[in-house]
Amino acid sequence: MKYLGIDPQKVKIGVFDFTGCEGCELQLANKEESLLEFLSLLEVVNFREISSDSSQDYDIALVEGSISRKDEIERLTDIRARAKVLVAMGACACFGGVNYLKNQYPLKDVVKEVYGMHSVETSKVKRIADVVKVDLNIPGCPVSKSEVESIIVSIVVGAEVKIPKYPVCVECKQNVNTCVVDLGKICLGPITRAGCGAVCPTGKAGCLGCRGPAEDANYGSLREILREKGHCESEIEQKLCFYNAFNGSTEK
Amino acid sequence: MKVNMNIDVHHIARVEGHGNIHITVRDGELIEAEWQVVETPRFFEAILRGRPHDMAPTLTSRICGICSIGHTLASLRAVERAMQVRVPKNAQLLRLLAKHGETIQSHILHLFFLAAPDLLGVGSVIPLTKSHPEVVAVALRLKGLANDMCDLIAGRTTHPVSLVVGGLSKAPEKKQLEMLKLTIQERFSDVMATVDIFKTLSMPDFVRETEFVSLKGKGKYPWIGGDLISTDGVLKAEDDYLAMTNEYKEDFTTSKFTRLSRESFAVGALARFNNNHKLLHKKAKETAQALCLKPVNNNPYMNNIAQLVECYHVMLESIEIIDKLLDSNLGNICNRYNITDGEGVGAVEVPRGILYHHYIIDKKGTIAKANCVIPTTQNNANIHHDLAELVTQQINLGKNDKEVTKLCEMLVRAYDPCISCSVH
Ligand code: SF4
Ligand code: SF4
Ligand code: SF4
Repeated sequence: MKYLGIDPQKVKIGVFDFTGCEGCELQLANKEESLLEFLSLLEVVNFREISSDSSQDYDIALVEGSISRKDEIERLTDIRARAKVLVAMGACACFGGVNYLKNQYPLKDVVKEVYGMHSVETSKVKRIADVVKVDLNIPGCPVSKSEVESIIVSIVVGAEVKIPKYPVCVECKQNVNTCVVDLGKICLGPITRAGCGAVCPTGKAGCLGCRGPAEDANYGSLREILREKGHCESEIEQKLCFYNAFNGSTEK
Repeated sequence: MKVNMNIDVHHIARVEGHGNIHITVRDGELIEAEWQVVETPRFFEAILRGRPHDMAPTLTSRICGICSIGHTLASLRAVERAMQVRVPKNAQLLRLLAKHGETIQSHILHLFFLAAPDLLGVGSVIPLTKSHPEVVAVALRLKGLANDMCDLIAGRTTHPVSLVVGGLSKAPEKKQLEMLKLTIQERFSDVMATVDIFKTLSMPDFVRETEFVSLKGKGKYPWIGGDLISTDGVLKAEDDYLAMTNEYKEDFTTSKFTRLSRESFAVGALARFNNNHKLLHKKAKETAQALCLKPVNNNPYMNNIAQLVECYHVMLESIEIIDKLLDSNLGNICNRYNITDGEGVGAVEVPRGILYHHYIIDKKGTIAKANCVIPTTQNNANIHHDLAELVTQQINLGKNDKEVTKLCEMLVRAYDPCISCSVH
């Protein structure tokens, strides 16, 4: 059986990083119990962070990070041309992530603030999909290893890829948490797509929306609830823009 | 013999981030030896401006996927010192426990996944799963322990969720701490197995006299806050970190360089060991001796061994911390605080060396100005100067391109550089 044009016998996978913290890549080496089994399904042919063996022949490219310099555009275009399936992995790749906050300031100003008089090449932060065609987005900051594993396995065996569409609140309630909004915090759980196991509210911290919008997210009603709890507009805005995950869809 | 050599390693593998090694030797003379960091900068200091103070730890944890807990703790310390927030004793202990988890996680990842393949003559850990399954099993069990520690205390290993201004948002249950203690005890045999493995692997023989900078321990091996010290005899207060780092910019690299008493200095496990070896747990000290690590050690490859010694030390210390926590009340682990304006520095020893965050906060609690000095930034100049010395020594010994390239790559890896972090 073929899925997205790949023969399941010999799936070659490459992992590539652009502007980001490499935390998503690192998840691939985590979850020790299943790591060896997972690796046995694949041939990892390019993963610079953990291997000096590299080949330019791969079926699936897992791409981490956002794009913020000219040479990255060239490297990404080349990867797209070689890969049968290109997966954007993590909030930086899918939405721009925290890097996107840079676009709120003039470029000249951020360079001067950090490097003083020295010139340093940088451009406005772009998502992977702003530069090349993306076949699949796996959101999260970082991605959840089990989700990446199950998605890759789905691609390999030709099963349908499933990412929840319902909000984080559903998982949060399954964990029988106290709602952190009642503890006076801002939580974006009601508008954010589940799949992380509601890890932030389970740790008694508000969700910041690193997995992007849930289906039919109701921004207006979340804003209203948060305003009623005494949070001001700018406070809510700071949370909504954190990963650029709700870009253009946060009508008041 | 007059050798010529052109070594160009583009995007060196098995390190975090993007860096190049560039070496030219003509007629037996070293012309150039450059360590170039080519990572794309993310401008964290610039984007911190205007953010609420309590989002700074969440934002800056994203500087680094490996030491996100360390960044969070340095950021919290800077905010808490700026606004005079007191952190309950038990919260401090829990934070240290999360930090120890990260130290084990990072050191084990480096020792087994990044450094060991060179010493065992393979390209990555993947072939080792077939040739040395028992070694990989030890590594995965220790990494698993580290993940469990971080998950339990901080909510997540990469990008913690429950470390917040004033303390922690959630305490683990005592039952869970008891379980963790048992798991740590079970894993001591894996540490011993690791020590046995590394006893059989010899580190390259290379010495360049170096200045080592770290926190100065006060009764305990240092991790969070305190005075700054160097093996050349410099001693400064935490707030005076700029006089310790002296950052400057070179054109061939996107990371800044630093210097103190000499042209460069080193931070990290070896630096901590060289400055604070007396404060190690007795058993960890004995292990250092068994692995031929003696202070002051000037062989950068021995940083690997210092990391292993530290793994053992933090596991021993974690047991002591858990015992203290089990004996106390975990009811209050977060203090309320008043928002004020202020300025604060937070220095924390993260796996790769000393990390500084420095914020100026306005009276609404918003970050007005920020500065972060990363361990790898401090090591970059030292790597650069080590490379020149290493190549000179090796051509005098008559080594060829391939041998020299491998030693250069191994040297860079020994520092365990975190490049995307250094170009935050
Ligand atoms: S999405 Fe988060 S974890 Fe992944 S690279 Fe970006 S900052 Fe790092
Ligand atoms: S804490 Fe957040 S995710 Fe959980 S129920 Fe409340 S709003 Fe939803
Ligand atoms: S709770 Fe929200 S911010 Fe936290 S991991 Fe899940 S989606 Fe991301």
